[in-house]
Amino acid sequence: MADKILKELTLRVWRQKDAKSKGHFETYKVHNISQGSSFLEMLDILNEQLISENKEPVYFDHDCREGICGMCSLFINGRAHGPDKEVTTCQLHMRKFHEGETITIEPWRTGAFPVIKDLTVDRDAYEKIQQAGGYVSVNTGGVPDGNAIPIGTDDAEEAMDAAACIGCGACAATCKNGSAMLFVAAKVSQFAKLPQGKVEASRRAKAMVAKMDELGFGNCTNTGACEAECPKSISIQHIARMNREYLCAKLKD
Amino acid sequence: MSGFMTSSIGKKVVMSISGLFLICFLLVHLTLNLFLIFDDSGDLFNMGAHFMATNPAIKIMEPVLALGFIVHMIWAAVLTLQNMKARPISYKVSRQSGNCSWASRNMFILGGTVLIFLVLHIFNFYWKIKVSGSPLLAEVSVGGVEMENTYNLVSTLFKSSIVYSLLYMVGAIFLGLHLTHGFWSAFQSIGFSNDLWRKRLTVVAYFFAIVIGAGFSIIPLYFMIKF
Ligand code: HEM
Ligand code: FES
Repeated sequence: MADKILKELTLRVWRQKDAKSKGHFETYKVHNISQGSSFLEMLDILNEQLISENKEPVYFDHDCREGICGMCSLFINGRAHGPDKEVTTCQLHMRKFHEGETITIEPWRTGAFPVIKDLTVDRDAYEKIQQAGGYVSVNTGGVPDGNAIPIGTDDAEEAMDAAACIGCGACAATCKNGSAMLFVAAKVSQFAKLPQGKVEASRRAKAMVAKMDELGFGNCTNTGACEAECPKSISIQHIARMNREYLCAKLKD
Repeated sequence: MSGFMTSSIGKKVVMSISGLFLICFLLVHLTLNLFLIFDDSGDLFNMGAHFMATNPAIKIMEPVLALGFIVHMIWAAVLTLQNMKARPISYKVSRQSGNCSWASRNMFILGGTVLIFLVLHIFNFYWKIKVSGSPLLAEVSVGGVEMENTYNLVSTLFKSSIVYSLLYMVGAIFLGLHLTHGFWSAFQSIGFSNDLWRKRLTVVAYFFAIVIGAGFSIIPLYFMIKF
C-alpha cells in the first residue's frame, strides 16, 4: 500500500544564530511529504528547499537515525520527541501528522541544556554527570570469566532496563521542573543492581546527584512526565531506587 | 549528612517527611471533626475538643505541627522557585496533560489554596478558642465537667453562613487534590516505591484523598442541609 502524501504542512521552527543571540520562530511551508517518511527526513526536505533558496538550513542534531544513539532531540507540538510513544524523533513517522497541520518545532528548553544554534542544544551536562560517577572502577590484570559472579535474572533484567537509557535528554526537556532525575536514576540503577556496581554504589549516588544539582537541573516532584516521554520507557521506579541509594549513602556519612 | 538538606533529593525527603506528618495530623483531625455530625447535642465533640485542649501530649504536638507546616511550606517555596529557574525560557507549545496528572503539575497552587484556607480556619476557630474568646464558647457541663462549648462555635458558623460552609468545602477538595499526588509522591521521594508498590500506593492515594476531601466537606454540608 502506497503511503499517503501530505500536500502541505506549515512548520514553525525555532531559529537562533548562536548561543548568545536571541532566537525567534520562522514559518516555512513544505509540500508533498510522504507519510512513510520520518520526521527528520521531512526536515531534510525542508533544508534542501532552504539551500536551493540560498537560505541557511535549520540545524538539528541526529546521528544513527535508528533510535539507538540518543543524538536526535526536538520538542514537537509540545511533546519531547513528538506525538508518538516510545520513539525518538528519528523514529517518528509523518503518519502521525495530518494534512495541512501546523507543526511547532522547538529545541529542548532546560537551563542546563543551552541552545547552540537553532534546534541543537548542548547536552554536555549529561556527560558531566556521567563522568562524576557513572562507571565502575576496574583494575588492570587478567580478564575475569564473565560468568564467575552469578547474577539473578531479575536483577540482570532490571539493570538492562535501566541501561537502555540513551541519554537523549527528553526527561529533563519534558519535566516541568527541568529535572534530570530519570537520566541520573537510570545511570545509578544500571550499576546498583549488579554486584560489580555495588562496590562503589554510595560514592556513585552522592557524586552524580551532587553534579546534577550543581549543573542547575530542577528538583523532581514525581510527576512522571519523564517516564511517559522517555523513548526507552525507563520507569521512575529507578528514581525511587536512586532516592534510596542516596538516602542510605548520606545516612552512612 | 553534609549538604543533605539542600540537595535535590534531600529537599524532597524533607517535603515527604513533613507531608506524611501532616497526613497523620489530618487523620486525627478528621476523626475528631466527625464527632460533630455524630452527636447533635454536641457533647461528643466538646469532649473531644476538651481532651485535645488539655492533654499534655497534644500540647507538645501543637508547636511541632506548626513547625511541620512551616517546614513543608518553606521547602515547597524553595523547591518551586528553583524548579521555575531551571527552565529560564519556556516552551511556546507545551502539552503536559497527556503525560502527567493535573494535580502533580500544580502542587504549589494547590498547597497555596490550602494555606489560604488554613489562615481562614485558624482565624475562625483556633484564634477564638485560644486567644480572643467568643460568647459562643460559653462554658457547658458535659458529664459534670465544665468545658468550652466548641461545638456551638463551629456549628453556628456553618449554620449561619453558606459562604463559609462552601469555602470550607472548597478547601477540603483542594486538600484532597493535593493528596491525590502527594500521598504517593511522599513514598516515592523516600525511595519506598517500585513498579508494583506504585500501583498500590496510587490506589491508596486516591482512596485517602477522597476520604479527606469528602470527610472534611461532609461536615459543613451536614450543617447546611440539616439546619
Ligand atoms: C495539611 C496540609 C498538607 C498536607 C497533608 C500536605 C501533604 C503533602 C505531601 C504528602 C506531599 C508530597 C511530598 C513529596 O512529594 O515527597 C506534598 C507536596 C507538596 N506540598 Fe503539601 N501538604 C499540605 C499543605 C501544603 C501547603 C500549605 C503548601 C503551601 C505552600 C504545600 C505545598 C506543597 C508542594 C509545592 C508540594 C510539591 C513538592 C513536591 O512534590 O515535592 N503543601 N504535600
Ligand atoms: S538519531 Fe540516533 S537516536 Fe535518533
